[in-house]
Amino acid sequence: MDKVELTDKQKRARRNRSIAIGLVLAFLVVLFYAATVIKIGPEIMNKPLY
Amino acid sequence: MAYTSDHNVAVPDLLGPSEVRLSEAGARDFFDLLKPRVMSLVIFTAFVGLYMAPGTIHPFIAAIAILCIAVGAGASGALNMWYDADIDAIMTRTAKRPIPSGRVSPAEALGFGLTLSAFSVMTLGLLVNWLAAALLAFTIFFYAVVYTMWLKRATPQNIVIGGAAGAFPPMIGWAAVTGSVTVESVVLFLIIFLWTPPHFWALALFKLDDYGDAGVPMMPNVAGEASTKTQIFWYAVATAVAGVLPYVLGFAGPLCGAASLLLGLGFVHHAFKVWRMPEADRRMVPAKKLFGYSLVYLFAIFALFLVDDLAMNAISWLAA
Repeated sequence: MDKVELTDKQKRARRNRSIAIGLVLAFLVVLFYAATVIKIGPEIMNKPLY
Repeated sequence: MAYTSDHNVAVPDLLGPSEVRLSEAGARDFFDLLKPRVMSLVIFTAFVGLYMAPGTIHPFIAAIAILCIAVGAGASGALNMWYDADIDAIMTRTAKRPIPSGRVSPAEALGFGLTLSAFSVMTLGLLVNWLAAALLAFTIFFYAVVYTMWLKRATPQNIVIGGAAGAFPPMIGWAAVTGSVTVESVVLFLIIFLWTPPHFWALALFKLDDYGDAGVPMMPNVAGEASTKTQIFWYAVATAVAGVLPYVLGFAGPLCGAASLLLGLGFVHHAFKVWRMPEADRRMVPAKKLFGYSLVYLFAIFALFLVDDLAMNAISWLAA
């Protein structure tokens, strides 16, 4: 089976994209967490289970 | 398809298995797909619409609304670059964009644009309100499908009708706070909508050959320079009138009204110079000046509305 070898430039570009995606995902986690607290309030965590 | 490095034309992908074209695009190349310079105007006008709107919104939710509008506008820019890669490669102004220069593949741009479109609309709907989200979705559809895929290559009225896409951001910002579309937000829409033709036709005049080579039916190429210059003048007059409507309708103060009028007269003055520009003048300095002034005009008039609203809020706060 032929194996695709990435060039150094392709490896650098992939790493660059991976870091960017990671940062965006981390930002979205913080954004949705904060927005949930603001929209619904901190009491969202203080509810009876059933 | 792949793009050769020595000339910007699409060629069939005939590479062997050991030469598979894997992406060399970095985050910066994807960021460039969002048309960051256009985005800055979108962010600013959307923010002014949001700030001027009556009612309250949590600052964090307001920031999310602006972010979603900016990302949605960027997504429509990416979709535009995906569809227009063939003509972008021909025009000097756009030949260095990520797709024609071979940094990003068309498929990557399409996926990026669609993903960001969906994310921006859904996030705006879930965290702000669904009217603002619906307006953002319509804006993306209007720019990517109605303007890019249909009007741009079909009619010299392309940027007249397509200009609506660029005019929606302040209306979306307004809807993010109020959950409605009112006369005031329509006036903000109207200012950008009427401003678009003189702005782009000034550019089209001194980039006439570029658009001609790409086969894009811009007004100067189809109706001729004389007709375009006349239309530029009358659209500039209409823009100047729309610029004072916020004062006339009572949602901007008299100082703002006077300053808007002066800015509008400047716009009309530059448009008049273009109208009187001789056909033999190929340096087209008045057209270049009008293009530059149009950018200053739009930023300045929206900055005026913002400062006026800030001043009004400060006065009512001090009076209370």
